[in-house]
Amino acid sequence: MRTVKLFFAVLLGTTAAGSVFAGSGTPDDASKIIRGRYQAVLGDCAGCHTKQGGAPFAGGAPLETPFGALVPPNITPDPETGIGTWSEADFFSAMKRGIGHGGKRLYPAMPYPAYTKMHDADISDLWSYIRTIEPVHNAVKANQLPFPFNIRLSMLGWNTINFTEGEFKPDSQKSAEWNRGAYLVQGPGHCVTCHSPKSVLGADETDGALTGASLQGWYAPDISGNSYTGIGGWSDDEVVGYLKTGANNHSIASGPMAEVIENSTSAMKDEDLKAIATYLKSIKSEPAKPAPVKSDDAHFQAGALIYHDTCSACHGGEGQGGRQLFPALAGSPIVQQADAETLIHVVLNGSQAARTATAPTTPAMPSLAWRLNDQQVADVLTYIRNSWGNAAPPVASSKVADQRKP
Amino acid sequence: MEAVADRFIPADDLSIGGREAGCVLYLDRQLAGSYGQSSRLYMQGPFKPALPTQGYQGQETPAERYRKGLAALNRWTAENKSGKSFAELQPDEQDAVLKDMEADKIKLPDGVAPKAFFGLMLTTVMEGFFADPIYGGNKDMASWKMLGFPGARYDYRDHVSKHNQPYPLPPVSIAGSPAWLVK
Amino acid sequence: MTRIMPRKDVVIVGLGWTGSILAHELTEEGLDVLAIERGPWRDTATDFNIGYMQDELRYAVRRDLFLQPVEEAMTMRNNTSQTALPMRDYGSFLPGNGVGGAGVHWNGHTWRFWDSDFRIASHLAERYGPDKTRELQLQDWGVTGAELEGSYDRFEYLAGISGKAGNIKGQIQPGGNPFEDPRSRDYPLPPLPMTYAPTLFADVTRSMGLHPFPTPAANLSKDYINPLGIAMGQCTMCGFCERFGCANYSKSSAQTTILPVLMRKKNFELRTQSEVLHVDLDASRKNARGVTYVDTSGEEYFQPADMVLLCAYGLHNVRLMLISGIGVPYDPGTGEGTVGRNYCYQTNSGAQVFFDDKNFNPFIAAGALGQTVDDYNGDAFDHGGVDFVGGAGINCIPTNGRPIQTRPTAPGSPRWGSEWKKATVQAYKSTLGFSSQGSSYPIRGNYLDLDPTYKDRFGRPLLRVTFDFPDNDVRMSAWITGKMEEIAKSFGGRQYTASPRKKGWDSVPYQSTHNTGGAIMGADRKTSAINKYLQSWDVPNVFVIGASAFAHNAGKNPTGTVGALAFHAADAIRQQYLRNPGQPLVTA
Repeated sequence: MRTVKLFFAVLLGTTAAGSVFAGSGTPDDASKIIRGRYQAVLGDCAGCHTKQGGAPFAGGAPLETPFGALVPPNITPDPETGIGTWSEADFFSAMKRGIGHGGKRLYPAMPYPAYTKMHDADISDLWSYIRTIEPVHNAVKANQLPFPFNIRLSMLGWNTINFTEGEFKPDSQKSAEWNRGAYLVQGPGHCVTCHSPKSVLGADETDGALTGASLQGWYAPDISGNSYTGIGGWSDDEVVGYLKTGANNHSIASGPMAEVIENSTSAMKDEDLKAIATYLKSIKSEPAKPAPVKSDDAHFQAGALIYHDTCSACHGGEGQGGRQLFPALAGSPIVQQADAETLIHVVLNGSQAARTATAPTTPAMPSLAWRLNDQQVADVLTYIRNSWGNAAPPVASSKVADQRKP
Repeated sequence: MEAVADRFIPADDLSIGGREAGCVLYLDRQLAGSYGQSSRLYMQGPFKPALPTQGYQGQETPAERYRKGLAALNRWTAENKSGKSFAELQPDEQDAVLKDMEADKIKLPDGVAPKAFFGLMLTTVMEGFFADPIYGGNKDMASWKMLGFPGARYDYRDHVSKHNQPYPLPPVSIAGSPAWLVK
Repeated sequence: MTRIMPRKDVVIVGLGWTGSILAHELTEEGLDVLAIERGPWRDTATDFNIGYMQDELRYAVRRDLFLQPVEEAMTMRNNTSQTALPMRDYGSFLPGNGVGGAGVHWNGHTWRFWDSDFRIASHLAERYGPDKTRELQLQDWGVTGAELEGSYDRFEYLAGISGKAGNIKGQIQPGGNPFEDPRSRDYPLPPLPMTYAPTLFADVTRSMGLHPFPTPAANLSKDYINPLGIAMGQCTMCGFCERFGCANYSKSSAQTTILPVLMRKKNFELRTQSEVLHVDLDASRKNARGVTYVDTSGEEYFQPADMVLLCAYGLHNVRLMLISGIGVPYDPGTGEGTVGRNYCYQTNSGAQVFFDDKNFNPFIAAGALGQTVDDYNGDAFDHGGVDFVGGAGINCIPTNGRPIQTRPTAPGSPRWGSEWKKATVQAYKSTLGFSSQGSSYPIRGNYLDLDPTYKDRFGRPLLRVTFDFPDNDVRMSAWITGKMEEIAKSFGGRQYTASPRKKGWDSVPYQSTHNTGGAIMGADRKTSAINKYLQSWDVPNVFVIGASAFAHNAGKNPTGTVGALAFHAADAIRQQYLRNPGQPLVTA
């Protein structure tokens, strides 16, 4: 089972009785379909709706959400198990309002709160493309949520509180590139879905957007423009390189982001990636940098020894990392996030880098859960979060214990 | 066997003895596993007498050789050293018996070849003493501390160019190091 | 019941260095390639875990990553008058197993053979007359050094070799090996930082008028991105190279240089834990139909293919040919036949110098981190005044300080007790060792065939190795070891030892896993099993790639040449063979 991705959704996807009209009236001209295919890349539809090794868009692996499991449905044009009976209007409604064929409400794991910002023309292109996908007969039981979350009507209440429908409005004060970036990030790219803090019910906060959020076991980091926990210290080219290849001089993608890069950003046009970089770096945020944990702290000192004996052979004696192979820890935003969730996850479970055409190595870090106890994991993380100029809150062993639980 | 381990590796100012280091625990575990059962070796017949260049051609596994060899050693000491087992002999008497085995000077009962059995014991006891402590011997990395071997480390880049200078850090086991624990 | 599998363009037996190189090259050509590997899948982070790879007992002593005799053993004898018995445990040499093969746990010495090696028979006859080598069965390889230069270069750049060129396009380079053949460019990476012992060795040998240089190493001195776009790391000199997988991507292997790209190709497939039993020939015996293999469930499969590439360990290639009936088995009585011919090994010797006042920190080491002197190797010196041909590289390459197996003691020390302990502690850090990597030349009586008595777990005959060190090589080793004594003396230590290789090859103590020959390349189909492109003379849609192709073994580790021959064969297949599939590339 894949780890969490709250952001992906469950379309209703089944044979709702009633409407019979297929998507008609859309001219399936080739350039529109090609544009639509690119919209599918931007939106990373495959990330959820394609299971590893499975037929494209015929249903994904279960997503664990805080409310229970959701299985991304089959969105191929199969009439029985896919969305073959949908109209283009149904599709628009799902993308813009989270209401699927037959009026069923989608769980917002489907990022319609972001997709609602998409231009109508882009959604129309995407629809043209989706109609051309090979129909696959694959029945998916989408909803495995426990009561009361299995009642789709409850989404109505959620929507009235949390969801604002409406297309992206460009800011005329900003450059076309900035606006393109903002559109991609807020709309089809739905970056906000993971990287923005969640309220209790799981919507994206508008204040503090893109400053990082927990994803149950991973921490989607701050990707705003500050140079402490955000990406302000990266050049535009480095941001583009990261999204294109999965690696740059500062970092190597792993976990859910590795999948996003493999399925989506690595296939985006360079000018779109550049636009994303321009927009992200413009987002102002000012996280307070704490004073680093003192080097005479006993946990820091134990962590230093563990680091030297276990980690330095790859990450380097000074946390400098190695090109395309070992992420640098010194000066790393992900290492200094307020929440160490990702770091704990990686030490306990290991991790493998994204695989892209220009970065094919896919180096991996092994699990060290067998070698380090909770306190030792906490101590070595406290050490790397507070060495070589880094500063971040110390890690408590109880936090490691929580994440170690199966 | 503990007596043998302590004669091979006596406790002295350099290190603890083989007995305290856990060499026999190591041996018990090895003999219970694939090594002791020869399960990775080619064990199909025919078994024939070998030239010295052809290696061990016996049918007996290390576990069987130990069982038979130790019994034979104790029978020999019982018959030749006034009814005592090997462990009951004085250390210098034990040394003398082991030296005679090493030199093939005594004849053990039950067809046990003294020199070959001595070689087997020496090899396995030394393995236990110098292997990672996770295998039961080398308690507290005693042998590594004795030699100055830093153990299961993986990065010497900071010391490679410091020629002829002692390496400063204590050994680490696969299971970690006491220094990793906050006191 | 044998299940018949869907046809493939190419089936490769064994996915080590050569199998991976060939698979990559031929999938680039668009062919549908299947590799069948007897051992398990192996990958860096999961199988060479940085937390427990430093386990000397498991990996070096019990040899966890190696072929186990229960899977396949071999029998041995020193000459035809003896009865071969199985090596019930491997000792003298240790074949690899699993994806990556022995390239997973090698040390990384990466040499080029010289043109005088490839033309050894004609060259020595020209230089010394025919009598000098009459006792040997030396043969030219059918290729020249110049023909292979580009292939060596590709292997070295694939693998990110650290070294210092000695001769670039004829220009001698200070600090490199002045005796090497011209190369088109320097190594991709500079030499590793030197540890203390090789530094001293270089000083001493240089003061004696010799020409020390950094050993070309597949342990990377810097991070590197190879021509396939695969990233590798900097060697951390952990001292767990030979017999171990590399946990931090800093030793070249199929895993660190090819597989990340190869495994993602849609026209490549790998089946592990599947052992090829034989190559299936058609009724003409001149065409391979495919291979038969068995998986762990015991089920048998026939895999049809247009081409079969034997890319297993050299000894296993020869055995598969013999079992499958590819080519004529060699007969040591008449010297006729080709499969099993010119089996060679490596004629090594060692020296140790014991000091009172030095600390070499032997555990700070990499598999190929050291210095070499080639003044007494191959054709580097005049053999007019000596009673042998061949020679040796003299290497000071301390590979480890792992204490189960690396515990030198001064001569005369006891093996146990308090005195042993004192001697061990005294010598552990203060002993400098160096060794000769000696050439091994073929004689009529050294060969490979199938054992008449002993069978493997599938009932197939084991390979029988009939080998002893030829007199020529024993004389060579004595002379080289004399030179090593001169070097040892010059160190000015407390005492030294030196031990030349003697007659009577012993299968128990580890010596070298450089078994060569048995399916040798050459220009004459009467005396070679494969042509200069490593294509079987007898079954032209079979290529046999590995050290099995060596017509003799030089005084150097073989992997660089194995890699070069793999590229050489791949080029021939891509540029020539595929135009006329099934046809011989050389008519003779």
